[in-house]
Amino acid sequence: MRDTEHSGLGTASCIQLTATSEPEGGRASLRRARSSTGTTMHAFKDSGHLFRLAAVFVAGILVFLVLRGFLVPKSFGQYGHYRGNAMAEIAARPVNFAGHETCETCHADVLDKKKDGKHAHVNCEACHGPLAKHADDPASVQPPKLDTAVLCVRCHEANAAKPKTFPQVASADHSTGLPCDTCHQPHSPVIGGGAK
Amino acid sequence: MSISRRHLLLLLPAAAVAWKHVLAGTPESSPNYTMSQHWWGMLIDLPKCIGCGNCVRACQAENDVPDGYFRTWVERYHVSDYDIENPVVDSPDGGKKGFPPAKEESGKNFFVPKLCNHCVESPCTQVCPVGATFVSPDGVVLVDKQYCLGCRYCVQACPYGCRFINPKTDTAEKCTLCYHRITKGLTTACCENCPTGARQLADLKNPKDPIHEFLKTHSVQVLKPNMATHAKVFYAGLDGSVR
Repeated sequence: MRDTEHSGLGTASCIQLTATSEPEGGRASLRRARSSTGTTMHAFKDSGHLFRLAAVFVAGILVFLVLRGFLVPKSFGQYGHYRGNAMAEIAARPVNFAGHETCETCHADVLDKKKDGKHAHVNCEACHGPLAKHADDPASVQPPKLDTAVLCVRCHEANAAKPKTFPQVASADHSTGLPCDTCHQPHSPVIGGGAK
Repeated sequence: MSISRRHLLLLLPAAAVAWKHVLAGTPESSPNYTMSQHWWGMLIDLPKCIGCGNCVRACQAENDVPDGYFRTWVERYHVSDYDIENPVVDSPDGGKKGFPPAKEESGKNFFVPKLCNHCVESPCTQVCPVGATFVSPDGVVLVDKQYCLGCRYCVQACPYGCRFINPKTDTAEKCTLCYHRITKGLTTACCENCPTGARQLADLKNPKDPIHEFLKTHSVQVLKPNMATHAKVFYAGLDGSVR
């Protein structure tokens, strides 16, 4: 509407036609256009809009940078596109299996029994279960008593998929339900392999 | 409770300082460990695997893996003499409680333990939209629980099916190669508890690691080499029928 009024004045230029349809902006550009018909002709009369646009962009970028500084963790990007501290957090998880070296510091006698037997390379916690708590506090945390009737067949029950060289038995025929440690001593399982 | 403008102005800097500590995370927990000196992988000597499920139980005990989900599991293959292309695979409860007697004893029966292959070119890290999963500088594929959105892209991307969504946290979870153990000089829970030594942790950057001698003297294979994932879990004695 206003654009057609402006063009009716005759002095308005083409630039004026594209000016904003706001009443204030329209009048302002009209004033500038009138003055421009005098001595100097500006190359672009509405440069104020561009400055305003640039200011909005600069403000937006500043807000983005400030927010980014606050919200992105400091270690993000330390090693790559991820949070560097994540590794330390994962590594901080407590250990449940103490490891055979920890066991051997106290139970050297068991190590002696095992070393010549078939179970020399079976680590302690493979049968006894996770015992890091026992290693931390041997007096108050005691390992549970094991049932050899359940434990031994996990490995030694016959199965066609097991390697042929691995010692296997059909437990029902072999022991008729007796616990394995009636005859075998688990730390050195050959019959007559010494005390438990 | 009402907060005056003055109190709010005092609270804001305090909140900013607190937030900074939240973002900083926990400090380094393994001071004697240098990431750049290690490049982790694993060796699985298949002819030694007896399918006892000790690795599966140990992994669940060490890492609080929920029931019915597995970071490692054991598969039993049955390959008949005349149809190598279509093996019959079973893995009851991930092999956690061992395996029932084989249905058919003819042909070939054997066990294959599986876990994250800690690929160098891992498809799962490439699809993560937020940088929540990554290959660490010592070659372990890890998940940042705090950053994971639970979008499940990585679960679909893993060609080996090694990831799942933890139903409690609703974030992606997988084998960490017991990162909390290997950074303290221990071996992984599965390797520690393997009674036959079928699973061995391997540090490919350590010249004294027995893996180098093993790789020189044995034929080894990785799973799905055609996927070009550069997997670091090496299988010795792998049958061609294994998928």
